[in-house]
Amino acid sequence: MSLIDRLLNIPRFVIFILIGLAVFIPLLFKFLLPLKVLKPVKDVYDFIESLPEGTPVILSFDYSPDVLPECYPMSLVLAKHLARKKLRIYIMTLYPAGAGFALDVYNKILKEFNLVERKDIVFVGYFPSIAATILGIGEDIKNVFKSDYFGVPFDEIEAFKGVKNYEDIKLIITISGAAIPESWMVYANGRYNANVAAGVTAVMAAQLYPYYRSRQFIGLIGGMRGAAEYEKLLAAHNLATKGMNSISLANFVMVLLVILGNISYFLKRRRRK
Amino acid sequence: MKKEIPIFIVFFIGTIGFLQYFIVGPLSKSVYTLLLEWFQGVQGMAIIMAVISLTRRHFHNLKRGKNVFYSFVTLVSLYGMIILGVFFGIGKGSTFDKIYEYVMVPLNATTFSLLAFYMASASYRAFRARNLESTLLLLSAFILMIGFTSFGDIISDKLPSLAQWILDVPNLAAQRGITLGIALGILATSLKIMLGIERSWLE
Repeated sequence: MSLIDRLLNIPRFVIFILIGLAVFIPLLFKFLLPLKVLKPVKDVYDFIESLPEGTPVILSFDYSPDVLPECYPMSLVLAKHLARKKLRIYIMTLYPAGAGFALDVYNKILKEFNLVERKDIVFVGYFPSIAATILGIGEDIKNVFKSDYFGVPFDEIEAFKGVKNYEDIKLIITISGAAIPESWMVYANGRYNANVAAGVTAVMAAQLYPYYRSRQFIGLIGGMRGAAEYEKLLAAHNLATKGMNSISLANFVMVLLVILGNISYFLKRRRRK
Repeated sequence: MKKEIPIFIVFFIGTIGFLQYFIVGPLSKSVYTLLLEWFQGVQGMAIIMAVISLTRRHFHNLKRGKNVFYSFVTLVSLYGMIILGVFFGIGKGSTFDKIYEYVMVPLNATTFSLLAFYMASASYRAFRARNLESTLLLLSAFILMIGFTSFGDIISDKLPSLAQWILDVPNLAAQRGITLGIALGILATSLKIMLGIERSWLE
């Protein structure tokens, strides 16, 4: 077997090992690679910064564990920003498997920022009907958030005082690996003119750019990079920054493999001629 | 009548839902609120129907001895979690929570993470600059893959902006075209369903 043939037929296990190492090695070391903050992420940050203290904001965990590595870091960093700005945070989920992460982030920021439960932050749980829930909040949150996740009725929750619908809720942040941000955009922004920001997986980001450009999303956080950029803005380097190092190296290895495959392919084609 | 009544309901509710969007006033608002309440109820019923359907399907498999193991696991997981959640709570530290955190989350995340390995292997084998279109695709992929990583910033601070431009301009143009096509398709299909031309959902 010639060298070209060998390069064209690298065994699958070798590629798997290379990718595995590229992902694993950066996790062992603590270092910061340069990262430029792009406009879609900066827009979300700036919008949150512009909100006055006590403004109600929805943070919706619309994802399941399969997209956990990308979505969880952005959930955490966004929740931290909202808590740092002392906004009134309504945590919810439109995905059945999202409740676990929502609860986890809820507990973490409750403790870290010494927030008062049901006053500064409230976890309203999971809602099965996406369109009906989003539209329902636009009419009257009382009809949707009948109680919080722990069963405390609506009227006893201080965080809901004086809040009726999207006119009072100044921002909705949806974090997802599926099409739920589009539902928020269509129903909450389209019908009620609500401000919606989306945090999505890198794959989904390309699909949502048209809506960001048309300002139907006020900002867009795309994948691990978006989350790492946000961590940089908050100067709170955490999971996304670490993950970004791994992704950078894995992508680099992937590009090298594709280049190698193409060089061998062209050499072989030339030889045949 | 088995088909006519559902089609009439779809036509009636669809027309009301469509018209009320363009009519401003208290009557329109109350109709809309009523529709939303029904919507939530119907969605709740849909979940119950889905659970019944899933149970029947897998019981049928168990009876016929077809895919017995998978059907057994599905039913035990479904009803096991319901029983644990309803009778023993879903709070932090509960068995329900532990199964979610230590079984479901790692399994789900692992399955998805394997994609990275298969994608690397598949792109190495199949991603070839065979003609102009595939070369353009390859170049855009390189710019995006490197541009959106830290290596992009190391190589040149213009590379992330170039990757962003690809998303903002060529990608945007293509996505808008696709989205408009999808929207027109949805509109046409909705009309066909409302007018009873498309009846496959009744079977």
